[in-house]
Amino acid sequence: MDMLENLLSIFVKSIFVENMVFAYFFGMCSYLAVSKTVKTSAGLGAAVIFVLAITVPVNYLLNEFVLKPGALEWMGADYANVDLSFLSFIIFIAVIASMVQLVEMIVEKFAPTLYAQLGIFLPLIAVNCAILGASLFMQQRDYANIGEATVFGVGSGIGWFLAIVGIAAIREKIKYSNVPAPLRGLGITFIITGLMGIAFMSFAGVSL
Amino acid sequence: MSIFSANNMKLITNPLGRQNPITLQVLGICSALAVTSKVKPAFVMTLSVMAVLAFANVIVSLLRNTIPSRIRIIVQLVVVASLVILVDQVLKAYVYDVSKQLSVFVGLIITNCIIMGRLEAFALGNKPGPAFLDGIGNALGYGWILIVVAIVREFFGSGSLWGYKLIPESFYEAGYMDNGLMILPPMALFIVGIIIWVQRTKDKELIEE
Repeated sequence: MDMLENLLSIFVKSIFVENMVFAYFFGMCSYLAVSKTVKTSAGLGAAVIFVLAITVPVNYLLNEFVLKPGALEWMGADYANVDLSFLSFIIFIAVIASMVQLVEMIVEKFAPTLYAQLGIFLPLIAVNCAILGASLFMQQRDYANIGEATVFGVGSGIGWFLAIVGIAAIREKIKYSNVPAPLRGLGITFIITGLMGIAFMSFAGVSL
Repeated sequence: MSIFSANNMKLITNPLGRQNPITLQVLGICSALAVTSKVKPAFVMTLSVMAVLAFANVIVSLLRNTIPSRIRIIVQLVVVASLVILVDQVLKAYVYDVSKQLSVFVGLIITNCIIMGRLEAFALGNKPGPAFLDGIGNALGYGWILIVVAIVREFFGSGSLWGYKLIPESFYEAGYMDNGLMILPPMALFIVGIIIWVQRTKDKELIEE
């Protein structure tokens, strides 16, 4: 029971309290560039959830059994002092890039309709900072088991999804408003994101 | 063609204004916002991005005729990731406290869109010399926004610059208070929004739609 509660707390925290976009600004580039319509934003958001749910646990295993100081102990006592953590950036990004490629091929083969919807966004995701950011946070926060890491990955993805769909809906409506000309487009999007960020900050008071 | 010819100078000056990576190309926003609550980390971040961007541009430009286009993203990521590891180790060795503050954001230089964007848009089609200048120019364009945002946030949020107290004690005794909102993440978005507003008011051609 305790464990379930812990997982739930990580899940809620990663969606609301520590929202990828509003608390850490992860994935802002695609967040700003793709959020012109709700439909495409939802597609990209779904792809992000999907990729995060796969890459965070895979990177967790790599971190646990290869990269962490002393992680190579399973190969024999001689390796107990090896610390490969300086390699984590290159390993994580390699995993992400190849996973994205793999996911793209699997989706193309088995779910062609989904592929047609996500198609153009999948390759873009390899360079979305939210994906690498989640893996780096996973490493920094040192989650206790693979369950926690997976829940954190999925939760972060859902948080990102909510943020991009929210801003896209607001941008669709704001087309009909009389925004000062120099603020149109990028400027007003920044300011709205700031306001949404303040709204999300109210979740910080939630004790879990 | 000398290195300071008009064309080469443009590579440096354009990203400072009309081609600014943050306010116009919409690249590299994530790190720009997250490290700007104090001036010092913002400055270190700018230098790190400059080093990575300039050298990644040169390396990719040297390799541009040998990289098969199907796998170019992975090749670029490997080049960038190796440079970022170097920068990270240097930061850990010489400015450990700042490297702690930047935490995961040093690693995130790998996925900083400025880097991938410039590699794709410039380094793949140009000689190493101009590619180097393009890297420096874009890093400067990215850097000045970072520093301006950081100066505003640190001065109003903590009453200091680069860690030195600027607002005298007597002000606080008279009832002056630091604006705690400035330290919080959303403020960075407002300040960048205002910079965009000012820039586009001065240069009408940049207005969208």
